[in-house]
Amino acid sequence: MASVARLKMGKPGTGRIVGDKLVARAIRIYIPLLLLLVVTLFPFYWMAVTSFKSASELFDFSVSPLWVREPTLDWYKHLFTQTNFPHWALNTAVVATVSTLISLFCSVLAGYSLARLRYRGADSIGWGIFVTYLVPPTLLFLPLTFVIRDLHLFNNLWALILTYPTFLIPFCTWMLMGFFKSIPRELEEAALVDGATRIQAMFRIAIPLALPGILAAALFAFTLSWNEFLYSLIFLNDSLVKTIPVGVTQELIHGDEFFWGELMAAALLGSVPVAVLYSFFVDHFVAGMTAGAVKG
Amino acid sequence: MASVTYEHVTKKFSADTTAVDDLSLSIKDTEFMVLVGPSGCGKSTALRMLAGLEDITAGQIKIDDQVVNQMPPRDRDVAMVFQSYALYPHMTVFDNMAFGLKMRGSSRTEMDSRVKEAARILRLDQLLARKPRQLSGGQRQRVALGRAIVRQPRAFLLDEPLSNLDAMLRVQTRIELQKMHQRLGTTFIYVTHDQVEAMTMGDRIAVMKDGILQQVAPPREIYDQPVNMYVAGFIGSPRMNFLPVTISDHQAKASGLELNLPKAPGVAHGIIGIRPEHFLPNVSSDDAVIDLKVEVLEVLGADQYLYGKVGSDDLIARVDPQLKVSVNDRVRLGVNMRRLHLFDAETEKAVF
Repeated sequence: MASVARLKMGKPGTGRIVGDKLVARAIRIYIPLLLLLVVTLFPFYWMAVTSFKSASELFDFSVSPLWVREPTLDWYKHLFTQTNFPHWALNTAVVATVSTLISLFCSVLAGYSLARLRYRGADSIGWGIFVTYLVPPTLLFLPLTFVIRDLHLFNNLWALILTYPTFLIPFCTWMLMGFFKSIPRELEEAALVDGATRIQAMFRIAIPLALPGILAAALFAFTLSWNEFLYSLIFLNDSLVKTIPVGVTQELIHGDEFFWGELMAAALLGSVPVAVLYSFFVDHFVAGMTAGAVKG
Repeated sequence: MASVTYEHVTKKFSADTTAVDDLSLSIKDTEFMVLVGPSGCGKSTALRMLAGLEDITAGQIKIDDQVVNQMPPRDRDVAMVFQSYALYPHMTVFDNMAFGLKMRGSSRTEMDSRVKEAARILRLDQLLARKPRQLSGGQRQRVALGRAIVRQPRAFLLDEPLSNLDAMLRVQTRIELQKMHQRLGTTFIYVTHDQVEAMTMGDRIAVMKDGILQQVAPPREIYDQPVNMYVAGFIGSPRMNFLPVTISDHQAKASGLELNLPKAPGVAHGIIGIRPEHFLPNVSSDDAVIDLKVEVLEVLGADQYLYGKVGSDDLIARVDPQLKVSVNDRVRLGVNMRRLHLFDAETEKAVF
């Protein structure tokens, strides 16, 4: 916008200066952006290109690896017929969706209460939750293994659905707490005086206004559980109950033998749902990132 | 319609921050009561306790004869207008105004007719489908009032409702609020830091400072007979002149002034209070006279203010704008002895 305005305001004979400004702008903004884009998208491009190559082309070092000459869907067919990929995809979707819903339900309530209600120990509970989030899964999986064993949930998707909230809830709670804090307290007070109960004020006023934040939290939670690797690796052994990240790395790699075509096809398919979700909610996502920074 | 009674109400936010200290105040049915004081004096907290938004640390609040200390806000049947208006941003004007009725389970037709009626009174008919962010400040303010009146509550609580409006709109809304009060015949409790709003709107004014109620009285009485220096200085603009005096018997002596007091006050050190508007342009022989050295002049058209010194004390006088004065002049003004106040220098309480 600003550059357009500047262009319009330019007097006759100042074309040269405007041109210089465009060059400066390109150097400052567009070239760095382009570089960033290339770096970010290259792995995806490589994934896509590789997944469409035939076996012979894949290992032919005499041609450029950056392009496909004879695209084929063989690897995809193979992936869906010869491996358990459809199961993994379904498992991942179920686990990510259910654990996100559970986490969101808990986090909305926890975040709201920490932001709004004055009760003894609210601050320490808030910090406690934050500290919990800082405990790395690489430490937490040890005790959790015993819990899962005692619950007889090995090789069961519930093992993941119940353990993912251990990192999703702290994360979402903190994010939503910030969101609820940014909503003026008076709005709910007005509702209380108007005749609402605390719960009604929350559902009719606070939650609708926090919706962008809730959506952003949901997106984060879904992505985190979709990509989760460690717990999935430890708690699930049976091929049919695996999730995409574990299934792909365990069953499409045999020792030093990499099934590159299937690997790339599976990785690409595995990243598509998240990418689609993000593109739908990108505005909310950005709103979520800046929550609390800007009031209103 | 209801009376409201505060009985020894105290609010502590922590052990050493007392927002409201032993407040006793009774507000009559249909009265327009204004709580006034500087920010942080506890007036808003007093209002919020009545609404049920703050717990009461000690004492009790009654609406009519019912103690409401433990009653949740929704059962108190009061309506509140917030300084920020607190309109629900995701709802239309109609839904904002209907919210209270919806929560109380009113029928759709009743909701419709009551909101329409309130909208008509407040000239919001055309705006019912809009969202708050599409409204001007004045319109938002009217929606906030509308949300309160559709409820037909027992009492209206208003927390600085005019402070976000520009000066002209503020005066206009002030008058509308007074009309509204007359038409509705409901108890109004109005919190403000603006002494002009307090003087113009209140049936009675309660002046607060540091959580302590200083004086409750009709505007006239607050102005004429302030109980202490704080109230005297807070009400009236420009503020009352205070001149420290030493007193022996009937004689009060300031740095540039000597007065014969009407009666012996019985204190040795006092503070004389004279409002800027209580100087006499024509000096007669039995009036006390001051000699004001003018430092700054303000001509406002209807009034002229002289800022200057009497002896070593600062003084402001309001005089006839026709009076020809220039800076550094010495002006002789008479003191209207009947409007003179005397405060005890130690306790700051009014002697007369």
